[in-house]
Amino acid sequence: MSEVWRGTWVIAYRELLRFVSERSRLVGSFLQPLLFLVIFGAGFGNVIGALAPGVNFIQFMYPGIIAMGVLTTSLFAGISVVADREFGFLREVLVAPIARSGIVLGKAVGAAAVALLQALVMLVIAPIVGVRLDAGIVLGLVPIVIVLSIALSGLGILIASFMRSQQGFQLLIQLLIFPMIFLAGVFFPINQAPDWLKVLSKVNPMTYGVDAIRQVFLGSSPALGVELFGHVMSVGEELLFAGLLGAVLLGAAVAAFSRQE
Amino acid sequence: MTQTAPIVDVHELSKRFGKLEAVKAVTFGVAPGEIFGFLGPNGAGKTTTINMLCTLVTPTTGTARVNGFDVVRQRSDVRRSIGLVFQSTTLDEYLSAEQNLRFHGYAYAMPADLRERRMTELLEMVELADRRTGSVRLYSGGMKRRLEIARGLLHHPRVLFLDEPTLGLDPQTRRKIWDHLLALREREGVTIFLTTHYMDEAEHCDRIAVIDHGKIVGLDTPDGLKHDVGGDVITLQADDTAGAAAEIRERYGITPTVTGDAISLQVERGEEFLPDFVRTLSRRIRSIGLRRPTLEDVFLHLTGREIRDEGIDEQQAMVARIARWR
Repeated sequence: MSEVWRGTWVIAYRELLRFVSERSRLVGSFLQPLLFLVIFGAGFGNVIGALAPGVNFIQFMYPGIIAMGVLTTSLFAGISVVADREFGFLREVLVAPIARSGIVLGKAVGAAAVALLQALVMLVIAPIVGVRLDAGIVLGLVPIVIVLSIALSGLGILIASFMRSQQGFQLLIQLLIFPMIFLAGVFFPINQAPDWLKVLSKVNPMTYGVDAIRQVFLGSSPALGVELFGHVMSVGEELLFAGLLGAVLLGAAVAAFSRQE
Repeated sequence: MTQTAPIVDVHELSKRFGKLEAVKAVTFGVAPGEIFGFLGPNGAGKTTTINMLCTLVTPTTGTARVNGFDVVRQRSDVRRSIGLVFQSTTLDEYLSAEQNLRFHGYAYAMPADLRERRMTELLEMVELADRRTGSVRLYSGGMKRRLEIARGLLHHPRVLFLDEPTLGLDPQTRRKIWDHLLALREREGVTIFLTTHYMDEAEHCDRIAVIDHGKIVGLDTPDGLKHDVGGDVITLQADDTAGAAAEIRERYGITPTVTGDAISLQVERGEEFLPDFVRTLSRRIRSIGLRRPTLEDVFLHLTGREIRDEGIDEQQAMVARIARWR
């Protein structure tokens, strides 16, 4: 067991070290969601009125943008698996006395730490866009971001286990990211969308992640909530769902990663 | 040949990739403190063997023990007992030398004070102490290799495995790496297991296993192997290569080896043989030379081929590709 934990922390430690040593990633990870918020907010803000009582478009979008940052960072966590393979560092890791499962967990934990950092940095602009912020909201946000990020990293690493080139991985993840974001209700409330779109959104696991973060910021509201089989999902249920999905994805990632090396 | 128990003990070890038999039932032992070389062309099965000994590839059949631990059933213990320097770099180039070493120390669960002390000691030994905080990306090929050797030794391994340690380095850097390796053996008594296709590099080894097409075709000290070649080597070029070779066979009862337009033959007491030979051979000799056998001759003698990259055939190329892909 100690080989799993040591593997987890030593790999996570390196992911963080890499993140802080690359300034472009540091800045880029913050600028991209900001760009979405500013441009979409300015562009649609005046056209689209209140989406729920007391919630304008930019306020509606803000939690979704945080979720989007988590999604992007976490899915792309798999790229370091592919890059390590390409540049050879993976062999240093594989021959060390650490467990394969620890390597996968470490990559996921590292990604979650980075995602959490980014989400917390995003909180700085909450007052600017008029979203209320207090200690309760921050405390509610942290576990959701961590669980969501670990689950999505599992998916990223699972895909990475089958990829040989970084370009291939990037292409596939881009293809995956767009529908996952657009169908997750980041830019529009899904229960006001046409039925076919509703179905697609409810199949998308990201929808529940976005909704959980939105509920933490904006509270639950009938106009915005996600309904599944006539039941409006609560934050707790959505967190549980993300946790279960994460366990499955991470398990599959560990299996795929251990099998092919 | 060794009184002590071998630290690397290999029995009938084989590896198959699909239809391809990369390593065919090799058996050998390495004594503690020895420098043991695996000599062979690209794709002969050297890297596959090293990967099996380092637990990165599971053997198809046969057994291997490193430091007394089975490479399949006691992977963790094997990993803790060995250091590894791969053919191509496995450093994290975005981190500094120190960060790379520290990562290694964490992964091998080294106590902090021991790790820091050992890092300083090894960085000084490989002459990188002044660049310890520099990014590895800015290192030269030789510096990277030295750092990898330092990293491979950080956790006090019993056996250091080096896969083509000087591949792609200039002669000066190669000599420097070897100075480090020889000094290392003196100081730490670590067993060194390396693969190479450089003959001069193999000369540094205490014993050499010559491997070709996945099989060990000869195993002895460099001098022992050369002795087996049988005396001195005469190489000549004649106007009529095939005719000259046939004449040598008939008149002197020696079977020469022909590579291109060069004929080489092995004789006892070459100095005495040569004058008579030059006088009696009916073909015109364009050039002739006499020398003591080298490992190049050993390889030619054992495999009938020269050890050259371009000499690899289709199967070997495929093994090399598979080995690289992994």
